[in-house]
Amino acid sequence: MAQNQTHPQEQTGNAILSVSNLNLHYGDTHALKNINLDMACHQVTAFIGPSGCGKSTLLRCFNRMNDLVESARVEGSIRFNSAEVNEPSTDVISLRRRIGMVFQQSNPFPKSIYENIVYGLRIAGINDKTTLDEAVERSLKSAAIWNEVKDRLNDSALGLSGGQAQRICIARAIAVSPEIILMDEPCSALDPISTLKIEELIEELKSEYTIVIVTHNMQQAARVSDVTAFFYLGELIEAGGTRKIFTNPEKKQTEDYITGRFG
Amino acid sequence: MKTFWKTGEPYVLVTGAALAIILVMSLTLVGVVMTNGLGYFWPQALVRFELKDGSVALGQITQHEKNPISDIRRLQLKIGNRDIYGQDFRWIDEKDITSRTMPEDAVLLERREHGNYFGYLKGVTAEGLNLSAAAPYDKLQQALKLVAAKLDATGKIKRQMSDLNSTAERIRLKLLKLEYGGKDKNAADIGELTAAREKTMAEFSRLNEQATATQADIGRITAQFSDVSGSTKDIALVDIVALQQPNSMSFLAKCGAYLERVRELLLDDPRESNTEGGLFPAIFGTVMMVLLMSVFSLPFGVIAAIYLREYARDGLMTRMVRIAVNNLAGVPSIVYGVFGLGFFVYGIGGSIDSLFFPERLPTPTFGTGGILWSSLTLALLTVPVVIVATEESLASIPKGIREGSLALGATKFQTLTKNLLPMATPGIMTGLILSMARAAGEVAPLMIVGVVKLAPTLPFDSNYPFFHMDRKFMHLGFHIYDVGFQSPNVEAAKPMVYVTTMLLLAIVIVASSVAIYLRNRMRGKYTTSTF
Repeated sequence: MAQNQTHPQEQTGNAILSVSNLNLHYGDTHALKNINLDMACHQVTAFIGPSGCGKSTLLRCFNRMNDLVESARVEGSIRFNSAEVNEPSTDVISLRRRIGMVFQQSNPFPKSIYENIVYGLRIAGINDKTTLDEAVERSLKSAAIWNEVKDRLNDSALGLSGGQAQRICIARAIAVSPEIILMDEPCSALDPISTLKIEELIEELKSEYTIVIVTHNMQQAARVSDVTAFFYLGELIEAGGTRKIFTNPEKKQTEDYITGRFG
Repeated sequence: MKTFWKTGEPYVLVTGAALAIILVMSLTLVGVVMTNGLGYFWPQALVRFELKDGSVALGQITQHEKNPISDIRRLQLKIGNRDIYGQDFRWIDEKDITSRTMPEDAVLLERREHGNYFGYLKGVTAEGLNLSAAAPYDKLQQALKLVAAKLDATGKIKRQMSDLNSTAERIRLKLLKLEYGGKDKNAADIGELTAAREKTMAEFSRLNEQATATQADIGRITAQFSDVSGSTKDIALVDIVALQQPNSMSFLAKCGAYLERVRELLLDDPRESNTEGGLFPAIFGTVMMVLLMSVFSLPFGVIAAIYLREYARDGLMTRMVRIAVNNLAGVPSIVYGVFGLGFFVYGIGGSIDSLFFPERLPTPTFGTGGILWSSLTLALLTVPVVIVATEESLASIPKGIREGSLALGATKFQTLTKNLLPMATPGIMTGLILSMARAAGEVAPLMIVGVVKLAPTLPFDSNYPFFHMDRKFMHLGFHIYDVGFQSPNVEAAKPMVYVTTMLLLAIVIVASSVAIYLRNRMRGKYTTSTF
């Protein structure tokens, strides 16, 4: 269970996720080509690159969401706290509990706000009222939406605005106390103000969680991330400190992309 | 002109017109059924005609028309008294009529047999009845009440008799079973049971004698009537179902009579080979059959759809199954009937009989048509509708819901039960509504797997085991066919056909409304479902 796991703080500095020689095929398409990348604990790693470059695909490898795609075939290794993710024997259920995910389109369930937040706990078999109440308050506060919804926890989550719904989804992911939060373009469907709120939120969450974020928006990557990885046509072109990537990239392609010369 | 076509305006008009035509046709259908059905029970005036040849006629006018050959206007008169005149209706040319009156004292009798009697009351022979009223009509009414009370008493005896009868039958079957198992081995049990059976039979014949005597007693109470031409007739009061003097009835009294007939329709058994009396067994049979059908088709359909949509690999096999399911919905229903007869009735039913009820053979128990087999046959017929609706509504759930649930560590099954199924429920309900409407109206397959013209017992009663799944039953749809097209006196049965049709429509509408109400309540909860 999530509570019993070693807390991320104890491993600060180590690579919590490390990808080596990862290849992924969708049928005949070679979508990820020989990726090698380490993601450090308590850092925000941003994946940038043009559409179709495989950054979302890589993100979905971390919590094995690619299992849902029948034609996907993964080779290579992803180590999460030195345990292999791609082993068939890996417990996908507990893996997904430890690596939460926030999607591009906010996807609140057609239930009350309260039930949305406790969904992950309930399916893990936790039904104790005080535990659930406590988890709801904690995760809504961490997602900076507590003040907006605390009086209507029993209203349907479908009535929320896009930005609020996305923060509910973040709160829902936080509620099960994951170690890593994967964010797949979390702001692409939101207005600038909601985007700003989410970015501030990412900044705060960093102290407790490791965050991997896919984004199309280079300013966003520059603002929120510590490390940036640039992908192009399924290859990892360059990865490094965000400041370095944006000011002094090593590769020509990276420079072209971030200066807007292509893509 | 070209731009006019380009705007799409004409096509909008065409679609609107098509919708209007469909609406008008359905409303006309319902309107025709309603006007003919609702008016049937209103007490109609009895008109007395004197004709040019000196003869007289008394009856209710049913229709006017122009004689197609001689171009003379004529009217159709329901003259009743089938046992005397040999027919219920006669045509009278309007030019032959010298006078028409509405005699205040004309009475209308609804009888248990031979249809209605129209005439005049002459007197009441009521030996042993203490009647205080003086006027013959009041006297008759009072006597009828007393007779009804006595009939109630015999009804009680008859129910006791039927209970005894079923007890005796059970004992007989137990005896047979024991005898098959070896006469010597079970001698003690057999002796015991034989004694019990004899006791039951003795009690039965005692009650039978009692009932026969009472009935003979009641049968002696008669009333004398004369028809319009003066010939008299003695009618036993037990044979009289209802008594009216329609020409002297007030509006309120007519309303009362109308409601009484509606009550009779809904709650009583049919009489006169189904052309008179109530429809209760048919209503009960239809509703119970449809409910049983839903119990079978809903879970099977939903489970099959879940497997097809959520678990089956999308390959050639799945596609073939899906095509087959879609085509099943289009198979003629009589084919299902024949399949039901062969597979359920003879196949499964026959096996059940030889395994569990060998002592009753060659009399079949489940090896003949019954409500269970009818429901199963119709469930087979409607299960594709449920499958398709469920699949559609599962498919219409956004991908994000599944992924969101799985990403939180839910298993596929948890995702299904906690998120997908609740969201798909409105769509599943739509499928159920469609299948219930289809099942309620289906007649052809039922005719060979268990519907009968007249079922002596309901498929549910107070005798153990209460639900008698093996019993044949009555059905409104079959009732329409039978009364309207198979009865010897079609003209007299016509109103009953309209009434039955109306009831069948009403049942379908009520069932659908309930389901739609439930669906809308759920839809309010899960607004993302678009189906």
